[in-house]
Amino acid sequence: MSSIPATKRSSGNSKSTPPNGKFDAGAGGQDSGTGSMTMMTMLSAINRAMDDALRTDDSVVLLGQDIGVDEGVFRATADLLDRYGDKRVIDTPLAEGAIIGGAVGMALYGLKPVAEMQFSGFAYQAFHQVEQHMSRFRNRTRGRYGMPMVIRMPYGGGIRAVEHHSESREAYYAHTPGLLTVIPSTPRNARALLLESIRHPDPVIFYEPKQLYRAFKEEVPDELEYMPLGKAHVAREGSDLTIISYGAMMRPCLEAAEDISEADGASIEVVDLLTVSPLDTETIINSVQKTGRAVVVHEGPRNCGIGSEVVARIVERSLDYLEAPIRRITGFDVQFPYFARERAFLPNTDRITHAVREVLAFE
Amino acid sequence: MPRKKLKIKASIDYLSIIDGKGKVDEALDPKLDPKLLLHIYRLMMTARRLDERCINMQRQGRIGTYGPCRGQEATHCAATVVMEPEDWVVHAFREPGSFYHRGWPLETVLKFWGGYEEGCQPPEGVNDTPIAVPIASQVPHAMGLAWAMHCKGDNHAVLCYCGDGGTSEGDFHEALNFAGVYKLPLIVLIQNNQWAISIPREKQTASETIAQKAIAYGVEGIQVDGNDPLSVYVATKEAVDRAKSGGGTTLIEAVTYRLGVHTTADDPKKYRSDAEVAKWEKLDPIPRFQKYLKERKILDKASIEKIEKEILAEVAGAVERYEACRDVDPMDCFDYLLAEMPQELVEQRAEFAACIEREGVGLGH
Ligand SMILES: Cc1ncc(C[n+]2csc(CCOP(=O)(O)OP(=O)(O)O)c2C)c(N)n1
Ligand SMILES: [Mg+2]
Repeated sequence: MSSIPATKRSSGNSKSTPPNGKFDAGAGGQDSGTGSMTMMTMLSAINRAMDDALRTDDSVVLLGQDIGVDEGVFRATADLLDRYGDKRVIDTPLAEGAIIGGAVGMALYGLKPVAEMQFSGFAYQAFHQVEQHMSRFRNRTRGRYGMPMVIRMPYGGGIRAVEHHSESREAYYAHTPGLLTVIPSTPRNARALLLESIRHPDPVIFYEPKQLYRAFKEEVPDELEYMPLGKAHVAREGSDLTIISYGAMMRPCLEAAEDISEADGASIEVVDLLTVSPLDTETIINSVQKTGRAVVVHEGPRNCGIGSEVVARIVERSLDYLEAPIRRITGFDVQFPYFARERAFLPNTDRITHAVREVLAFE
Repeated sequence: MPRKKLKIKASIDYLSIIDGKGKVDEALDPKLDPKLLLHIYRLMMTARRLDERCINMQRQGRIGTYGPCRGQEATHCAATVVMEPEDWVVHAFREPGSFYHRGWPLETVLKFWGGYEEGCQPPEGVNDTPIAVPIASQVPHAMGLAWAMHCKGDNHAVLCYCGDGGTSEGDFHEALNFAGVYKLPLIVLIQNNQWAISIPREKQTASETIAQKAIAYGVEGIQVDGNDPLSVYVATKEAVDRAKSGGGTTLIEAVTYRLGVHTTADDPKKYRSDAEVAKWEKLDPIPRFQKYLKERKILDKASIEKIEKEILAEVAGAVERYEACRDVDPMDCFDYLLAEMPQELVEQRAEFAACIEREGVGLGH
């Protein structure tokens, strides 16, 4: 049903089942449509997308700290400097503001910069450029200048990282008008969404769940593949309750859905938002109108999190359909603890299962 | 409206007292009190041995990612000892000897890299800031501390550590600019270890030196051999004396080298040659300083061995104390967030407590 293996059963690799109609085989690429696939991790898929973009579009450039010679601290840019040279894969000095501000200038001049923030926790050093310029150029110039750029950054907990390397702050970006915020959940959708983000005319925050970088493999088509932004994906169909989530939390959500199906015989639908801003309200509403019950799950803090917006939209549009109060399983509204405490802190399958059962039991 | 040369006062001292082979420039030797010299030596050795231990513990999974200071001991140990207790030391993240000198228990470093907030808690009476991971973000704080001293008329000073990579960040420049404008009692010490992860110093800035950036901000600047504790000490002492007599800010560039990995998650073979590392191994600050101390009859073979044993015991004690306090309560992530816990968080805390009880996940170390 889904191409995301659940956490506990993550030893194996998953066979890819493309969600029908969601992917769009490449237009204009030089790749021949042989239908061949390669098993890869999300990290390799992201690398593949950047390779594809550099190869098929001369205006694409990559820039960031340690992305060239070092190939990125996670190796997301492996081999790309060798292949495309240092005018297209650019190692920068240590200044996020100049990376993003510079990328804005590059985009104005007609390039399509793909900037890497080494960790999302250090993107605040560039936040003024995101908020004051990147997100506003189109509007301020009455459409004269677009801003076709992407900021990639790893986010999220679960890898025992040092302070500032574990937060999920997608809500800051979702709260900023003039941006799209995309969060993949599998190798295949990461590749297709990143390719689409790079060719998109507006700025995209591409928030990468680093916990999933090497967590599992999936078959990814060798030919170019694009997935539309702003579209959620029903990762698992069901009729009794909808779990809405995205990114790294998709795995425990799917696992909880399976556990409950097996143990309780309840039928759980799982919606993967994929783009957290703008939200695909229609997919969310359709699902909740069908099931009448919902649980929203994310790692980031609850207060004004993506879940707040999802719940608001359900209430605004489908209150009559609800058979139970909606529950949110999220990070708590405290600083993400240093890693000794993170295992207890992070939402997990048990926590989701428990909430789902409570919502199912509500009469 | 002529076109002419503006005369800008622009020269920067370079200071080296003990050279790479351990030979001392007698005229420049500050002839420090043997007790102080021994103390600096002990700090350097403690930093070295703790560093080695941390790398091992990371391999064994007993702490997380660790950023070693091997090769840079002279810089931070000899600078921090200049500061008085009422002064402040604002840290970056590669200065274990500095923390130790200032009175932080040795295991604090282990706690930080082991994933415990407790590694950021300064002991009572110590005027320092904890490790700052976001590069250069601490420099404005140091400036602000110095600013407050200036406003209150207190005759103290602030020593702030930062890396060569950090000098590219806006925070570094903004802070130095303010410090220059207000003539603040601030010493910004750049630990130029030649690398910012994979980016070499030459690709970090086109300036010939980092010290010369001082000129642009109208503050004093000096470049020193950062692997020579005497040079670092003398430059820092001059800067602190100047700061405390109203002379304002100094930017010190300590030229040193990161002999080890950036962090235990890094593979330096990808970006630098073994030959380069070997060249700097020969400039290791510890053997040089030992040679100097032996020549001054402050150290001999026996005392080196004795100190070594004592330090190993201290490090072992720190590891033991670290291991003994690892069973923390995950729930306390709520407890220090605000002075008073809002009702909403009281409820979330209870929710978290129920989760922990039900799930029994625990700390998992
Ligand atoms: C604002 C910010 N950006 C990126 C990082 C990731 N990072 C950690 S250390 C480092 C290099 C720092 O270089 P330098 O200032 O020379 O200090 P060194 O590591 O050499 O001691 C980088 C890029 C960070 N911690 N903070
Ligand atoms: Mg450095």
